Amino acid sequence: MTKAATSGQSGSESGAADGDRGVHLLREMLRIRRFEERCVELYSRAEIRGFLHLGIGEEACAVGVMEALSPDDAVVSTYREHGHALARGLSMRATMAELEGKVEGCSRGRGGSMHLFDAATRFYGGNAIVAGGLPLAVGVALADHLRGRSRVTACFFGDGAVAEGEFHESMNLSELWHLPVLFCCENNLYAMGTALKYTESETDLSLKAASYRIPARVVDGMDVLAVEAAAREATQAIRAGAGPQFLELRTYRFRAHSMYDPDRYRDKAEIEGWKERDPIPALVAQLTASGALGEGGLDRLEAEIALEVDDAVAFAEAGTYEPLEDLERYVTSEAAPQGRTP
Amino acid sequence: MTAITYREAMRQAIREALVRDDRVFVMGEDVGHYGGCYAVTLGLLEEFGPERIRDTPLSESAFVGAGIGAALGGMRPIVEIMTVNFSLLALDQIMNNAATLLYMSGGQFNVPLVIRMATGAGRQVAAQHSHSLEGWFAHIPGLRILAPATVEDARGMLWPALCDPDPVLIFEHAMLYNVEGDLADEATPVDIDKAAIRRSGNDVTIIAYGGTLRTALGAAEQLAAEGVEAEVIDLRCLRPLDTPTIVASVARTHRAVVVDEGWRSGSLSAEVAARITEGVFYDLDAPVVRVCSVEVPMPYAKHLEDEAIPQVADVVAAVRGLGA
Ligand SMILES: Cc1ncc(C[n+]2csc(CCOP(=O)(O)OP(=O)(O)O)c2C)c(N)n1
Ligand SMILES: [Mg+2]
Repeated sequence: MTKAATSGQSGSESGAADGDRGVHLLREMLRIRRFEERCVELYSRAEIRGFLHLGIGEEACAVGVMEALSPDDAVVSTYREHGHALARGLSMRATMAELEGKVEGCSRGRGGSMHLFDAATRFYGGNAIVAGGLPLAVGVALADHLRGRSRVTACFFGDGAVAEGEFHESMNLSELWHLPVLFCCENNLYAMGTALKYTESETDLSLKAASYRIPARVVDGMDVLAVEAAAREATQAIRAGAGPQFLELRTYRFRAHSMYDPDRYRDKAEIEGWKERDPIPALVAQLTASGALGEGGLDRLEAEIALEVDDAVAFAEAGTYEPLEDLERYVTSEAAPQGRTP
Repeated sequence: MTAITYREAMRQAIREALVRDDRVFVMGEDVGHYGGCYAVTLGLLEEFGPERIRDTPLSESAFVGAGIGAALGGMRPIVEIMTVNFSLLALDQIMNNAATLLYMSGGQFNVPLVIRMATGAGRQVAAQHSHSLEGWFAHIPGLRILAPATVEDARGMLWPALCDPDPVLIFEHAMLYNVEGDLADEATPVDIDKAAIRRSGNDVTIIAYGGTLRTALGAAEQLAAEGVEAEVIDLRCLRPLDTPTIVASVARTHRAVVVDEGWRSGSLSAEVAARITEGVFYDLDAPVVRVCSVEVPMPYAKHLEDEAIPQVADVVAAVRGLGA
């Protein structure tokens, strides 16, 4: 199930859902969807607190991009990152335990929903400062460049981040130094309650990247095969030494910005219109038509995933809280500094 | 012993780090072709090449953030910010990423990054190039804050800072770069945890750091001529503060003056004074006194600038006021 371990094996670039591969993508999207739906329940029962940002509707972006990454690539994400984390290969258990604030969580319960971290999959975090992860991603890629390692750093951010100075500084620096960064802009048309058209003089975001000479593609973010194909092309270009690449993934969140948001700023009709483009039923239809998803295939998938979600919740609920004595651990490193003496 | 400037000592330290560890590289505005805005990195581009001495665009947030990312990726970056005033454009990266990643990630991601920058007044460059904001940074858990005040510390603090697994900020007072001092020919390690007693005395403790150390020592000399023996402590490390050294001295001298080029309100000097009262209140013969910058944006005209920052005479007067 770990994406990091299974990616890079298929040559599917045709955009057609070929067999197992399509089912695999479907499974990954469903895992995220069902996980997040369970999060809503847990939030209403106050098992999960704080800010909770759901990516329901946007799963194709996370799954399609992760598919194109190798285990030793890196990911830098945002506060809307459950999907990125799960698709990257963080365990559902550790992710759910984190949301419940348990020490068994992927950040020991210090981060919560917005700050999932995992060294094993090189997942450098959810970052809750809009655009704050972009400079970081540039630096992770700089380290790879300086060490001569052929790795990609995928950096996710929203359309709102494009208005920040850190976005522009990072575009420029990454192209100037020709660094292996895959910029993935999840353009869901809104930054909290403010539509893109109210904040950007130029709403075609790919043009901004292109103005820094970064090759930019506009991709249907509701089509996992299209995202995967674009991400593969982009990562291949990066590995071939073409420098940073930019994907504008046009997508939509079906739910409010966070659990606190009454969602007053969007038309019901607009939301319903986008729901008709839900990436999951779309892929189910394709796979059914092609025969890849046979009789009862979807039900079996759903049943497996329900078990995995149940198991994750049980794990989280059986989890423990970090002891209070540990409150001040990891403000600084515990390892004794080495080589203090020249 | 060789006489050497603070600038040259710093350059030697950087050069040595580049030679010793191929993960070390330097990045910042004008560090390469220009040679550093204070000429600290002069000649390093020629010696180490553009991959390791990287001129950056005027993008403080991006290149500081890139330093954090590169540190996460296994490098040992030395990021130079021209002055602390410009570090404010990178404050997000320093506070929200460098200082928090280890904690937020439950101990998974440490950030072995060194950021150097100039600080302080004295060159008539007015209110956007002269402030001493290191006290702000000393407020932040997760950072180590160093203030080398001597040639020896300029030479010796960088390597241990690079060996620290967590982010270290080094503040270099701009008036020190041309100051000469004697340096042992064999560079010896310095510790980056402890304050140093720069002059011993039993009548009063004067606590200073960075640019104000010379002010404090100048005052101690004048006071000695009047028969008052001041002990002068150089804080060296502003976070974590070496509280034991401070309180042990004040417990002996029973009087304390804190000299800080930062503003008084909500300052590092306030923190030091608080630790003294928390630690040795009953040993005090007089209230702790502070000599700080006047609370104005730094003015340009020389007489105003001099008036705004702590001078030897101010420290001497403060000590006399204690009845030492
Ligand atoms: C620097 C900063 N400013 C403001 C916020 C508050 N905030 C959190 S999410 C958000 C909207 C960001 O929108 P976008 O980048 O499009 O991402 P999305 O939430 O749509 O995924 C805002 C304004 C923040 N977290 N960071
Ligand atoms: Mg958005």
